[in-house]
This record gives sequence, C-alpha cells and structure tokens, in this order.
Amino acid sequence: MAMYNDKVMDHFMNPHNVGEIENPDGEGIYGSPVCGDMMKMTISVDDNDVITDCKFKTFGCGSAIASSSVATDMIIGKTVEEALEITNKMIVDELGGLPAIKLHCSVLADHAIKSAIYDYAQKTGKTYKGLEGFDPNADDDDPAAHEENDPV
Amino acid sequence: MKQIYLDYSATTPVKEEVVKEMMPYFTEQFGNPSSLYDIGAASKAAITAAREKVSRLINCKPSELYFTSGGTESDNWTLFGVTDALKKKGNHIITTQIEHHAILHSCDYLEKHGVDVTYLPVDKEGFVRAEDLEEAITDRTVLVSIMYVNNEVGTVQNIKELARIAHEHGVLFHTDAVQALGNVNCDVKALDVDFMSMSSHKIYGPKGVGALYIKRGSKISNYMHGGAQESKRRAGTENLPGIVGFGKAAELAGQNFDAHVAHCSKLRDHFIDRVTKEIDDVFVNGSRTHRHPGNANITFDYIEGESILLLLNQKGISVSTGSACSSASLTPSHVLTALGVPVEMIHGSVRFTFGDPTTMEDVDYVVDELKEIVAKLRKISAVSSEKGW
Repeated sequence: MAMYNDKVMDHFMNPHNVGEIENPDGEGIYGSPVCGDMMKMTISVDDNDVITDCKFKTFGCGSAIASSSVATDMIIGKTVEEALEITNKMIVDELGGLPAIKLHCSVLADHAIKSAIYDYAQKTGKTYKGLEGFDPNADDDDPAAHEENDPV
Repeated sequence: MKQIYLDYSATTPVKEEVVKEMMPYFTEQFGNPSSLYDIGAASKAAITAAREKVSRLINCKPSELYFTSGGTESDNWTLFGVTDALKKKGNHIITTQIEHHAILHSCDYLEKHGVDVTYLPVDKEGFVRAEDLEEAITDRTVLVSIMYVNNEVGTVQNIKELARIAHEHGVLFHTDAVQALGNVNCDVKALDVDFMSMSSHKIYGPKGVGALYIKRGSKISNYMHGGAQESKRRAGTENLPGIVGFGKAAELAGQNFDAHVAHCSKLRDHFIDRVTKEIDDVFVNGSRTHRHPGNANITFDYIEGESILLLLNQKGISVSTGSACSSASLTPSHVLTALGVPVEMIHGSVRFTFGDPTTMEDVDYVVDELKEIVAKLRKISAVSSEKGW
C-alpha cells in the first residue's frame, strides 16, 4: 500500500521475533488499546549484560507492528546500555521512514525497550545511566513525556 | 491478483450503460444548455430528461429537483440556505451525532455564525429516539436534518416518523439520503420530507454530480450565486455529461431496485453469518433488521483495523475501517463512538459494503482470507481473549 515503503510492509507482513519469552529477564508494556497501540516486550540478558533474545507482541496499526519488529532486530546482540541509546528516530530511520502522521502515535518501541530494561534493572538491582529519570508508568497522554521521544 | 472491491458505500463503478449514455455529451453534444441554438437546446433537453428520471426514482415533480455537484453541496445548501431564509423565525437547528461530515462540519461553521445546533444522540443500534427529537424542538427551531441511512453502520432511520414530529411543530425536515438512494425506498411523498440530498456516484453513476429535492414552496436561500441555471436557484453551467449519467443511473436504480436489494442483502447476510460463526470475538455494529442491504460493519476484538485493511489489501480486497489509525485526524469513528462502542473496539472495526458486481464466491473468498488475517494479527497482538483488554 502506497502509504508505507517496502521495508515497512515487509516487517508488517512478516514481523520478526513475535511472541513472549518464557521467564524473561525483563518485561515492558507501553501504550494501551484505548489509544490504539500497545506493545509488550520481553528480553533475555546474559551475564555480560548482552541482550540475547527479545520478543514482542503489539496491538496496533501497520507502522506500530513494523516498528516493533525492527526494534527487536536492533536490540538483539546489543548490551543493555547500548539498547538504552536507541531512540524512536533511529527506529524510524531503520525502517526507511514512516508517514508523518504515524510518527507521534505508533512508534512505541523505545519506551517499551526502556520499560523492559527497567524491569530487568529492578530485578537485578543494577543501575543504568540511560534509565535516569525514566518512569515506566509515566502518563501516556502527557505531551511533555512524549516530546523528548518524538522523532523529528 | 484477484481484486475484490468491498467498499461500495465509498463509491461505485459507473455502469457501462451509464458511460455509454454520457459519452456523446463530452464531444458532439457539448453545447451549453443555456445557449439558444440547436446544440444548446439539445443539451437542455438532455438535462430535462435526466431530471425526469431522477424525479421518478424519488417520486417528486421534476421542478422540485435541483442538480448539484454532489451530496456535500446538497447538504451544505440545505443547512446554509434554510438557516438564512428563516433567520427571522429562529436560529436553532437539530441534527444527530452520526451524520456525515458534510452535515457536521457545516454545523460547526453555522455555530461560529450564531446558529445553535442540537446533536441528537442515538441508541446502541444507531437509531434516533423520537422522544429526543420531540424534546429538542423549540420555537426557535428552523430545521431538522437527520440522515436516512448511516454510511458507516448502515442503520436505516424511521424518517417518516421523525419528519412527522418536525412538521407537527411547524419545522422543516431534511434528510441526507446519499446512502439510501437505490438501497431503500426514497419516495419523498411517502417519507414526507421537505429536502433530500442525493449523490450519483453511490448508485453506479459518475462522481461530481448529485441533487437536492426541495419540496415546492419550502423556504431556502440560494447557495451558489451566478447565472440563471436550475430555475435561478443553483448557478453554474450544468455538469452536462454528469447529469445525463446520473439520470441513467437513477433509471437503472429504479428498474433494478428489487433485484439489487435482494442480491446485496443475501451476500451481506451470508457474510455476517459466516463471520460471526467462524471467527471468535466479533461484534456486528448497527441494526440487524433496519440496515442498508449491502452493509456489514464488524468489530474484531483484540486487533486493529488498519492492520486488517492492509492485509486484506495485500490479498486484493478493498474495505474501510473506523480505526483512528487510518483517519487523517487520528480520531476514532464518531459514529461508532455515538453508538457507545468502546474506543478499543472501534479501533478494530471494519466496514464491508457489497454491490451489484459482488458475487457469493467473492464473499466466501473474503471470509476465508479474513479468518487467516484475524488469526495472524491476534497472534501478534498484545491483547487477547485469555488476557482480556
């Protein structure tokens, strides 16, 4: 469909890493069905702090599913600290761009990654620079909370 | 790839016979209907013939039918024209929460210019309650505008009863019959409406042409100002080929009415039966009894409509969704909201509309594909029937 590029359509049609890891090291949820998009991410982290596996489940539109899929590809193999540096803009760039109207609402992955890592940090007692000031329960509809995450 | 178009409420293909009828009016018969020489007079005669055909479909006098650029203009004309003509009587109009944007956005404009608008609620099937209308009418009310058949959920209002209530209080009544024409009985005498909006491209006619029925003697100011066309009530050189096409489409709609309604409702009922039996957690929006013959509006729980639309599109199937994610404004369908459908379920609503070219084989193919698509998206979804919303 003309509104999405081929890479977005490919991730949407054949999403990578769909599912939930059993007994994950970290789990994060972002968004809600009422808003139209909701993503759940589970991660496995090894002793060297490397994310060895990541799976997602997403309720949402084409770009929500595609951006979830590409984000899982991007963080597998990265250290936790590296994964925390991923922004929504990087996810959108990796997809080769999304329609402007979709940027604000449908890219949930950077928050979901941070939420999953936050959960991991809570369980393990670790602290990460990239999580400073992060609140996994921040109000989804607070425009100020969106702002810094927004891709330009 | 096989292409299956299931969005006949959005627009319809122009029928071959209609195109054939229109063709000469682009080239040889191109005269301006206002010109006095022969080829002008021939154009004028063609418009007269088309007017008679459309008038016959809705049982009005040809002199009560005015060609416009489409449903939107007819709706705008009525709202702006009646509130202007009757501004000494009052500045209040009544409509509903489920109208087309051609009405709702015209009402927004009127509200900014001193007109009070009451938006009647609807029940969970999309029906306006007669008592709500009765209560909303004041001595300042100049117009009631209620759509005949809803474009999203297909609910058919009891226009005759609603018009009766308006008239009891001496108030004019308009109905937007864009989705109704050719699909339900649009006899203006039987309905007893004062104004009725129609569109050609919903009945296998060309786009860019429609009509407004104005009951003889009804107060309404002009909306398009200029030449003396349409008995000096709607200026602008006539869309000659379009009007000729609309006339032919209206003639065919009248001839095929019973067969069309039987064909579409059979497909619709088969589709709804199969979907509700073979797919879990689905909900049919709108009324099951008073419904547009070709409309099936279905909510698929736990998945989102744009995703469904995209995957159906990959299979060559064209449909519409009420999901916010597919709208330019990112707001969920105002119609489903008014019906009380929870927002998370509106996101998963899809409108399938069937037409004359649709076959039973098409419907079965779509249901088979739909089952796989719904299963696939539910597997990806973060919400499910086990976990709930």
